[in-house]
Amino acid sequence: MIYMDNAATTLHKPDAVKAAVLAAFDTMGNAGRGASEPALDASRVIYGAREKLAHFFNAESPSRIVFTANSTESLNIAIKGLFCPGDHVITTVLEHNSVLRPLYECQERGVELSILGCDEKGNISYKETESAVKENTKAVVCTHASNVTGNMIDLTKVGEIAKRHGLLFVVDASQTAGVWPVDVQNQRIDVLCFTGHKGLLGPQGTGGMYVRTGVSIRPLLLGGSGIDTYNPHHPSQMPTALEAGTLNGHGIAGLGAAVAYLEETGLDMIREKELSLMRRFYEGISTIPGIKIYGDFSTRKRAAIVSFNIRDYDSSEVSDELNVEYGIVTRPGAHCAPLMHKALGTVEQGAVRFSFSHYNTEEEVETAIRAVEELALDAAL
Amino acid sequence: MRKKERKLVVTFHTTADAMAMEKTCRELDVPGRLIPVPREISAGCGLAWCAPLTEREHLSAVMAEHGIEQEALHECML
Repeated sequence: MIYMDNAATTLHKPDAVKAAVLAAFDTMGNAGRGASEPALDASRVIYGAREKLAHFFNAESPSRIVFTANSTESLNIAIKGLFCPGDHVITTVLEHNSVLRPLYECQERGVELSILGCDEKGNISYKETESAVKENTKAVVCTHASNVTGNMIDLTKVGEIAKRHGLLFVVDASQTAGVWPVDVQNQRIDVLCFTGHKGLLGPQGTGGMYVRTGVSIRPLLLGGSGIDTYNPHHPSQMPTALEAGTLNGHGIAGLGAAVAYLEETGLDMIREKELSLMRRFYEGISTIPGIKIYGDFSTRKRAAIVSFNIRDYDSSEVSDELNVEYGIVTRPGAHCAPLMHKALGTVEQGAVRFSFSHYNTEEEVETAIRAVEELALDAAL
Repeated sequence: MRKKERKLVVTFHTTADAMAMEKTCRELDVPGRLIPVPREISAGCGLAWCAPLTEREHLSAVMAEHGIEQEALHECML
């Protein structure tokens, strides 16, 4: 099998991640619940992961890192917990449903929403972003990279706009964390939402968020916290304020090991490898007759994603052929980003998405190029 | 039960603060350990740092230097 669906989840994880999860099953009690050795072991491992992530994203303190199940949970906590009726929020057509659906729900409750469009290559306009700011604008919520095209949004530019107008800046780093550096302080990010199972190379069911000191979010969940038992309200101290119930300690053990692996390996190496595989694949298929590729490949600043269609073929059929005939795993159809598909004109057809990991090889990419070529030349499909 | 003696007990707002305390003290070889908060103390976090009385100034200095936020500092018979 050649796995090229890394934007959905990374299949190959570092050995250290698997070892950390297995070890956790032998040692972990419930973090923050008592001072027994198993409970303390879980607390130590989780705190260690918090520290690693704080360092990784340049957070001011480990206590500003909250663990969640995934980006979707983080984005729901942020979006539902920050905005009130009468607030105006700016977002983009690049967004995933994990941003759009919570925002639509807010809109139904009286939050005003502006959705920035994109050009034919799928890029937003920063000028338009700034001109969308109004008196009641509370925040900009945007992705770091489109999960359909791989195009990136320049966080530094948007962060400056947010800072200039006193707006909160909420970022969905699902497609970039672990590959592109994110520096919450330099990029003026107030809330960063990330998942553990994609570029961060951790287990599924892990994720989290960074919340800047001074930013207060109404919690989505209330409950057991291991602290302040007799308080009828959920504690307001971070990170406990946004972490109700037992954390996914076993998964977080793996996520901590994954971040250590990324720091040791270096994001530069990982990114260069992914982008060079992506570039080779892009160049290999872009000259094939009947191929339409989506997104902006004129820049190196992008996620290692190549989405395309072959003529008017159903993307699901193409992906299935790749899977069955060539053992190449991709994702077809609509990629949970409805406005991106509308903008690209791929609502009906969807798109075949190849997304690369640094664990992929040049040989695999050459095989994939030949497979796409054969399918494109096969009029019988 | 063990024989009781007077000890320092530092309480915290969150488990994360308690874990930061343990990590820092271990790194600096500061004596003490995390214990469940004794019932005579009302504390936010269920974990407390228990240390010999002689460590009072040392502990305060370590917490100040490393930005560890304590809830309160108690003396208890433990």
